[in-house]
Amino acid sequence: MSVAAQGVGAEKARFDPARALKEAGLAAFVAFMLFLPMMGFRLVGAEGRLGLEYRPQWVVIGVVTVFFGHLLVSFLRAMRGAPVRPAGRVGPVARYVNTHAKWFALAGIALAFALPFTPFANRYVVDVATTVLIYVMLGWGLNIVVGLAGLLDLGYVAFYAVGAYSYALFAQWFGLGFWEALPIAGVLAATFGILLGFPVLRLRGDYLAIVTLGFGEIIRIILLNWYPVTRGPDGLSGIPRPTFFGLVFTRRPAEGEVAFHQFFEISYSGLHRVIFLYYLILLLALLTNWFVLRIRRLPVGRAWEALREDEIASKALGINPTNTKLTAFALGAMFGGFAGSFFATRQGFISPESFTFIESATILAIVVLGGMGSQIGVVLAAAVIVILPELGREFEQFRMLLFGAAMVGIMVWRPRGLLASREPTIRLHARSAGERSP
Amino acid sequence: MTAPLLEVEHLTMRFGGLTAVDDLSFVAHDRRITAIIGPNGAGKTTVFNCLTGFYRPTVGQLTFHGHHGPVLLERLDGYLIPRQGIARTFQNIRLFAQMSVLENLVVAQHNELMRASGYTVYGLLGLRRYREAEAEAVDRARHWLDRVGLLSRADWEAGNLPYGDQRRLEIARAMCTRPRLLCLDEPAAGLNPRETAELGELLLGIREQEKIGILLIEHDMSMVMGISDHVIVIDYGRKIADGPPAAVRNDPNVIKAYLGETEEEELPEEVKADLEARGEGGG
Repeated sequence: MSVAAQGVGAEKARFDPARALKEAGLAAFVAFMLFLPMMGFRLVGAEGRLGLEYRPQWVVIGVVTVFFGHLLVSFLRAMRGAPVRPAGRVGPVARYVNTHAKWFALAGIALAFALPFTPFANRYVVDVATTVLIYVMLGWGLNIVVGLAGLLDLGYVAFYAVGAYSYALFAQWFGLGFWEALPIAGVLAATFGILLGFPVLRLRGDYLAIVTLGFGEIIRIILLNWYPVTRGPDGLSGIPRPTFFGLVFTRRPAEGEVAFHQFFEISYSGLHRVIFLYYLILLLALLTNWFVLRIRRLPVGRAWEALREDEIASKALGINPTNTKLTAFALGAMFGGFAGSFFATRQGFISPESFTFIESATILAIVVLGGMGSQIGVVLAAAVIVILPELGREFEQFRMLLFGAAMVGIMVWRPRGLLASREPTIRLHARSAGERSP
Repeated sequence: MTAPLLEVEHLTMRFGGLTAVDDLSFVAHDRRITAIIGPNGAGKTTVFNCLTGFYRPTVGQLTFHGHHGPVLLERLDGYLIPRQGIARTFQNIRLFAQMSVLENLVVAQHNELMRASGYTVYGLLGLRRYREAEAEAVDRARHWLDRVGLLSRADWEAGNLPYGDQRRLEIARAMCTRPRLLCLDEPAAGLNPRETAELGELLLGIREQEKIGILLIEHDMSMVMGISDHVIVIDYGRKIADGPPAAVRNDPNVIKAYLGETEEEELPEEVKADLEARGEGGG
């Protein structure tokens, strides 16, 4: 099949000046329509009033660039003779990374553990790395639901919120610490996962996405309006910080508490807590990863994948679709809950604003960009999604535009995600070169 | 005669005003290959879907003598039926395309492995009990891969297999559930004559060695007549003939409804005479 697709593509790639001109003209026209309002006018404040500045030269430059750029691209494409890789083929890089996943993973873990002690590490770097790891953990958790079980979940942030609020509330009411509250938050989030799972068991694809989207919004709106419990938009503050085996991270510990710097007899530094939080999320994320990799090789993990591939065939083999889907929802939600608890203890303050739809979309984007089901892909995608807007800070309001363009680019060049390649969970023969290509 | 394995009594299936299966009764025996044949749209696949729990019959009783004694299939949820010992394949192959060939066969042993993995708990802990059960499952998969000639392709993505291999893999997958009755929905569809002959051999081998019953829906007459012990012919949802292949082959009703479409020289002399007496009844 791929041979045929290449044949068609190669024929198409022969350079045809008339056609290239036509396409470039079309692209230039679209660019003109876009650039006219975006670049052609500019609001300027003069003498206390707003006025328009007209900049036709900008539009002309833009349109001409697009026209000749498009011509150049079609020419280069024809020269190379190779069309865009047909969707569904796995790139050599992805295959290489996935067959050597162990080494990449070990190197990545070593790097992650060493990060706070590298020379370029400062508070900002460790903070960003912590955020990346939160998204990595969320991505790995959502990967259970979306990547393995194939259930498109647009409301994953709901479980993140349940985890965060359950820790905050349990701390407030019962004085529970982070470590006691963590399992409770996980169990509560899993319960919510099952609650969501029941009504959507029969739904697939688009329909499922809509219902889960609604579920995410319901949770957020409840948090926003149930003032006596959640304090609504004011949020919950004063959430206790985690302790390191009972040691707190404050300069002057309260009566009966021992501070980390006192115990180890080092001078106090605000960085200690930041680094501790970093290691905490690193461990939580690694736990998630270990769990997902392990469960993929268990019957339930294989049943998830089988259900994703063909629900009818799975039923004909005696797999109970209800239970299997519910476990996927519950376990995915549980890791969302863990991450939520961590988020609450890291921020010290939570409000419904942190749990909007854009968060769900970001987490889903990480899973999809990374390549469904690929654990290393999620790390890569989370790094891209968190770090790219950070790098773009100098561009101010254009950074989200850059971010969007990067996402479009990834989907154009790597339609199945950065590292989409599936390794079987069990093998009969040792791996040999090219055995899986027909 | 061997013991009855499946007794279908007065099976009727209506979809709105359409009666797809109308008062159909038949018996499939243990260690026998029973074939259901009939023209397109006769209701063959509907019968299968009733047996395997995808449809709930409008009327009728389906008694299956399975692993745990006799059960009424129409009262079971679809996913519970395989656990009684019925396995099926599909007319349009339904493999887990992105999973490997071996994984397809291991998934088929889901329920046993699930128990052995302590519903995931032992499995997560990596206990020996689960690892042994998995090794056993792989051994069974290896056995069936060998039987269908796919051993060397065990680690291929199932969706990348050639068509004929996919058909045989689906049968292997069904056999990995250790059924007492194997239901095959047009297993020879799209196979070339050589592959069809091999398939016939495979099915006869399964009947002999596994000592199970096979229920077959088929269009390919040569294979049905060659390997079946018992043939049931249905047309417009009704049974029009029931008996050994030789008897069914000569049944005038069958010829009229079904074999009348094939070339005349294949028909026995007496049938031709019969047809002529009826005045081109087949056309």
